[in-house]
Order: sequence, then structure tokens, then C-alpha cells
Amino acid sequence: MMKKDVGGVIRVTGLRVARSGRTVLDGLDLVLNAVEVTGLLGPSGCGKSTLLRSLVGVQQVQAGQVQVLGEPAGSASTRAQVGYVTQTPSVYDNLTVAENLRFFAAVLGAPHGDVDRVLSQVDLGNEATHLVSALSGGQRNRVSLAVALLGQPTVLVLDEPTVGLDPVLRRDLWGLFHCLAADGAAVVVSSHVMDEAERCDRLLLMREGQLIADETPAGLLARTGTADVEDAFLQLVEQRTPLTRSQS
Amino acid sequence: MNPKITVAVASRILRQLKRDHRTVALMLVVPCVLITLLWWMYVDREAVFDRVGGPLLALFPFIVMFLVTSVTTLSERTSGTLERLLAMPMGRLDFLCGYAIAFGLVAVVQSMLVAGLAVGVLGLDVRGSVITLGLVAIVDALLGTALGLFVSAFARTEFQAVQFMPALVIPQLLLCGLFIPRDGLPQVLEWVSDALPMSYAVDAMNIVTRSTDWTGNLTKDLAIVAAWTFGALALGAVTLRRRTA
Ligand SMILES: Nc1ncnc2c1ncn2[C@@H]1O[C@H](COP(=O)(O)OP(=O)(O)O)[C@@H](O)[C@H]1O
Ligand SMILES: [Mg+2]
Repeated sequence: MMKKDVGGVIRVTGLRVARSGRTVLDGLDLVLNAVEVTGLLGPSGCGKSTLLRSLVGVQQVQAGQVQVLGEPAGSASTRAQVGYVTQTPSVYDNLTVAENLRFFAAVLGAPHGDVDRVLSQVDLGNEATHLVSALSGGQRNRVSLAVALLGQPTVLVLDEPTVGLDPVLRRDLWGLFHCLAADGAAVVVSSHVMDEAERCDRLLLMREGQLIADETPAGLLARTGTADVEDAFLQLVEQRTPLTRSQS
Repeated sequence: MNPKITVAVASRILRQLKRDHRTVALMLVVPCVLITLLWWMYVDREAVFDRVGGPLLALFPFIVMFLVTSVTTLSERTSGTLERLLAMPMGRLDFLCGYAIAFGLVAVVQSMLVAGLAVGVLGLDVRGSVITLGLVAIVDALLGTALGLFVSAFARTEFQAVQFMPALVIPQLLLCGLFIPRDGLPQVLEWVSDALPMSYAVDAMNIVTRSTDWTGNLTKDLAIVAAWTFGALALGAVTLRRRTA
């Protein structure tokens, strides 16, 4: 693994996004690094998915820049190196797990053995021949995650990949994210469940489209003098002067 | 454009279709039943069956592919798989051509079945060659696929997508010469008919059923249908946005 670009794999400056006429992100700045699992945590509707979509280059943005691997987000030259898991699993219901993976592997030009590799990474080896429509919600999520792991991307953007999974699986997947990061990937994982925070190397707390914290979980707890991330979040929100908003 | 990706898209669509027995039945069996019904209606008036049978061989591939494509592409848009594909190194043309190839192949099978039944069993009089007939059917099917892809961008739900059929297809059906010869229409409607692609699809099929030779008019009609197909595909490509709101 080359380790030259450890810092600044993703650089976001002054990102502004409006959806349905409402400003969701307003002047957001962010730098994400390789060899790091970054957790993006915040309540539902705060703009996590919008930010992740912007990193992947599928979100229309009003202003600002998003650079991924030195290119504007979504550039043709970097698309194969960015793995993306949408919040709702985006795989074909009426294909089997293996057929889905073989199709996406062909689109990515990933080597043939990749399908088996990602199947075992998400622990779906026994379900390979099952139709996706016959799987549980959590299993579908993992098929969608497996697709994102094809071709060993150097950037992984995962939108709530562990929602609805049983605790053992959740722990295993976080272990997988750390393995991928240790191999050199930049991994961004969003969640609205605060207790996932402790599993990240670095924590971004988001509220109403603003990043209100960006540090290690331990650093955050120490700075706020709280025992868990949920309390830290509350403390940060209460400290802040209310955001001034136009009355429109 | 990357041929490997195009082929992957096409074979994936065919694999999905294979699982969907009802859709396959809709595409292959229903046209056969309809043409048989028509034959039965005119069992004592063979000339009418000969006149109407040709246009129907043009209409089936167009209508069926229009419906199936608009609904499948819409579900690809709403399920997030299109977003995922466009975030991968896939060209929009790969996607569109993949659909065109898959449904073009289905159209060949469909047309051969319907035409085989109509000509071989029901005694429809077709003077032209089977190959020409198949070719015209494919071109018609591709037109349906291209228009279906395009309209799927304007529907939010599958119910809406299906509504494009009465809005866009039935007027063409009424004006294509099936009910009244096109030159017998009121002047304004004749101009409208001259502007619509299905008129040329039906004209082309009429030439195949009535003449043994490949005529200049057949080339002209097919060229017009093909031009519409490419136009709709180009518009369809515009609606496949990598970045959405
Ligand atoms: N497809 C969409 N069209 C318009 N607005 C949207 C769309 N998706 C989300 N939004 C709005 O954008 C805001 C942020 O949503 P999102 O990024 O999905 O938040 P989160 O992922 O943190 O739950 C919300 O106010 C939501 O209503
Ligand atoms: Mg979300």
C-alpha cells in the first residue's frame, strides 16, 4: 500500500447545498484522511446523507469545492476508487447476492475473485445464491456494503451501513472498517446512533448542517467533561448561541 | 463507452427478466393472444386481417418495450441503483445501450413468435422476407425502448410511468393509419400523423407485408424511425444526471 497521500484525501471548502429550496449545508469545511475511520454522527435530517452524497459527487451543490484524491468529487478518473453505500440498500431485488456482485464487479472492472472476497468480508458467504428480495433488511444492507468493497477502493463513503444490524455483526463490521483503514483507505461512516461514536478514530458531530465537533472520541469527552457522546452532544448544543436564521 | 460494461448491463437486465415470469408472459404471450383474437374476429374477412395484421406486428414491439422500459428504468432510478451505477465508472451510453441491446433481443424473440404465429398458423399474408420483418420489428422495439427511457425521467411512481402510455402512445396508435389510411385524415391530423414516429413504423411494416422487394420508401421509413430513436436516446441520456438535487 502506498502511504503518500495520508492527509487530505478528501478536502471540502465552503460547501453549500440547498435541497428543495432549503439550505441544508451552508459553508462547510472539512479535511478527511486515509488510514482513519471517521464517524459522521448527528440526528436524522441534519444533513449527513447530503454531505456524503457531495463527497461522492452525486449531489448538486450550490457553492464550494469538494476534492477527492486530488480531483473534483465524482471525476471519471477517481470513480472506481470511491466505494459508496447509499442509505437505503441499492441492489437488485430480483437477482441473487452473487449475481448482484458479479454485475457490479463487471462495471467496476474488478478482478473475478473479488466477489468471494467481499462476500466473506460481510459474512454473506452462505447467502450467495439467495435472491436479495428474500433477505432481511440487515442482510440487504450488507449486500449493498459488499458492492462498495469491490475493487478495493481507497475511499469508502458509507451512509448508515450498520443500522438495524445485531450487535455482534455491528461490532464485526466496525472491525472490518478499521481493517480497511489500516490497509490505507479513508473510511467515512455516518450514523444517527450516538453510541457508535466510540468506535471511530475521529468523530464529526453534525447538527442542522453544521459540524459542531471534529476530534477523537476521547478528546471530545475530555473537552466537554462528559461520560458519553450523547451528553457531549447536548452540552455542545446548549453552549452554543442559537443559530441565527432568516425568517423566510 | 466500454463494451464490457454495456454487455454486463444488457445481460443483467435479461437475467432479471428471466426471473420475472409475468413480465415475460406479458411480452411474449399477450401479443400472440391478441393477434389470434384479431384473426378470430375477422375469420370470415381475410382481407381485413391482412390489412390490420401488418400494423399490429409493428405496434406490439413498440408498445410492450415502451411500457417495460419506462417501468424498469424508473425503478432503477427510485431504488438508488442508477445513482450507484453513475457513481461508478459507467458511461451513460453504456447504460442506455445496455437497455437497448437487452430489449432489442427480447423484441426479436417476440416478433419471431408473433409473426411466426400470424404467418404460419393464422395465414397472414406477408410478401416480404422474414428477415426484413424482424429488422423492422427490432427498429420499432428500439423506438419504444428509447421513448420509455426518456419518459421514465418524468415519472415519480410506476403508476405515473404507466400513464404515459395513454398520453403518448394511444394518440400515435389512432393516427398511424390503422383505423383510417393516413391520407384520409383531416388535413391537420394528417400533418400531425406525418410528424409522429409510429406512423413510419407502421408504414414500414405495411411495405414488408405487401411488397416482396426492399423499396426506397422502406429505407426512408426506417431511417425516420431510427432518427426518432436516436433523438429519444440522446434526450434520455440528458435525463440520466450524475448529480441530482
Ligand atoms: N431527495 C431530497 N429532496 C429534497 N430534500 C431532501 C431530499 N433528501 C433530503 N432532503 C432534505 O435535506 C435535509 C437533510 O437530509 P439528509 O442529508 O438526508 O439528512 P440525514 O442523512 O442526516 O438524515 C433534510 O431536511 C431533508 O428533508
Ligand atoms: Mg441520511
